[in-house]
Amino acid sequence: MHELEVTFLGIESSCDDTAAAVVRHVPGQMPSILSSVVMGQTELHEAFGGVVPEIAARAHAEKLDIAVERALRNAGLTLAALDGVAVTAGPGLIGGVLAGVMLAKGIAAGTGLPLVGVNHLAAHALTPGLSDGLEPPYLCLLVSGGHCQFLLVHGAEAFTRVGGTIDDAPGEAFDKTARILGLGQPGGPAIEAEAKAGDPNRFALPRPLLDRPDCTMSFSGLKTAVLRARDQAIAAAGGLRRADRADLAASFQRAVRDVLSEKTRLALRLYRDRLGDSPSLAVAGGVAANAEIRAALTEVAAESGARFVAPPLSLCTDNAAMVAWAGIERFRQGGQDGLDLGARPRWPLDRSQPALLGSGRKGAKA
Amino acid sequence: MEGLAGVDDGVKTEAMITRPSEARPIVMTLEGPEATAALAERLGGVLRSGDTLLLQGDIGAGKTHFARALIQSLQARHGAVEDVPSPTFTIVQTYHAGPLEIWHADLYRLADPSELAELGLEGALSQALTLVEWPDRLGTMTPSRALWMSFRIPPDRPEARIVEITPRGAGWERVLGALGAEAGS
Repeated sequence: MHELEVTFLGIESSCDDTAAAVVRHVPGQMPSILSSVVMGQTELHEAFGGVVPEIAARAHAEKLDIAVERALRNAGLTLAALDGVAVTAGPGLIGGVLAGVMLAKGIAAGTGLPLVGVNHLAAHALTPGLSDGLEPPYLCLLVSGGHCQFLLVHGAEAFTRVGGTIDDAPGEAFDKTARILGLGQPGGPAIEAEAKAGDPNRFALPRPLLDRPDCTMSFSGLKTAVLRARDQAIAAAGGLRRADRADLAASFQRAVRDVLSEKTRLALRLYRDRLGDSPSLAVAGGVAANAEIRAALTEVAAESGARFVAPPLSLCTDNAAMVAWAGIERFRQGGQDGLDLGARPRWPLDRSQPALLGSGRKGAKA
Repeated sequence: MEGLAGVDDGVKTEAMITRPSEARPIVMTLEGPEATAALAERLGGVLRSGDTLLLQGDIGAGKTHFARALIQSLQARHGAVEDVPSPTFTIVQTYHAGPLEIWHADLYRLADPSELAELGLEGALSQALTLVEWPDRLGTMTPSRALWMSFRIPPDRPEARIVEITPRGAGWERVLGALGAEAGS
């Protein structure tokens, strides 16, 4: 039965967005997204100068039903036409995850449909299969507001983490740098726009841990360096001049680009060592939308002879189509959960790897 | 009623006399990230469940670095050390160090204290060792008993940090002892 066509409802509410989607897959064909509804919080959050989780969390409970109804209507289906319900069971904000899991359980209990709990990070890492039909194994750089890790993706539930950040994720560094420079939120697009007018070589910002021959990254010290350079620029000019701000944004973006592309080069080498030739590099997460970073990663893949896959932004930011797809992949391998499915605020993809040690002893900030 | 109020006043005054450290900050200069980590490790050795550390300071002042060093030094006593990512995006991260539950929260993205109920922070404050960045968002939920730590960067020494530690409420003798040893070393 698992070899046949399956249609799954996906539910995602682990952070700021409330989302529902319907995905259908026929073995041997590309999966098709029948509908994908994301009810964002951007407008509400802008008023507060950042993301406000309570609004998100409250809205999850209020908006989930509407999102699911809308996803089914857009797909032209009823619950009876589904083969299963997939839901993000973690990691994430407990209020949001619980709201999604409760709704999915309710649907499963009411209809008798199989329930499949999905790891949010796994859903991001499996997205290249949904968008481009990419099959494991491949190297995935998952780079977003809250996450930054290199994963060897072996299958729907098999991941090896080969590196990641020991402190801030790049998306967070973009947000905080935007705050430091008095730019709007979210910081990614704001910095990218500001950087267009700036000189990326004006400020000598650090490339933390670039001298280390592994895939460990650190972005916290970079943020502090921007802060210091900003204060010096303010002291020199009696205020933050527009040109200085643009140069700071450009220099920051260049530093993040350099770190990500160099570490990706190392990760690809590691991939070859472990899994042999002909690697594929998939970049998932909102930071991949940054044109300069994307161009650099495309170049790194090309020089390594790797296929480069970057799903469209709509599938890189939080969405439920990726959850439905990850659910289908798990379901095909016999994965299914009971009504005792719990919400897991913390849920690392790869528990076998040792922790990336903090910067205290080694002085990553130095 | 007047008499009772008078008694109350007397008790408060008495308490302040017997706890001279109350609300008087201990100021330390930390020469670099390693010194911050050493302070975190030393404090970690005397902290218990139910203790709350409120970490103040601007972006880049070193709040998360301090919290990470504290959590990982506590976990190192029990073997397995975990990653301690910045909680800015996830708001709350929870850890275990042996039997001790640790909550690491960053409330920057909160707009109203009413949001805290949904995060489960109220329960954590009494049951876990809780580290809170941007504690000004706690509002009326601010615990009366807490160790306030304020970090700032001295203008001329970007690698150093000045930390002001203010114990509020009773029962910080162990911490003060550990800090005294630190200051004397």
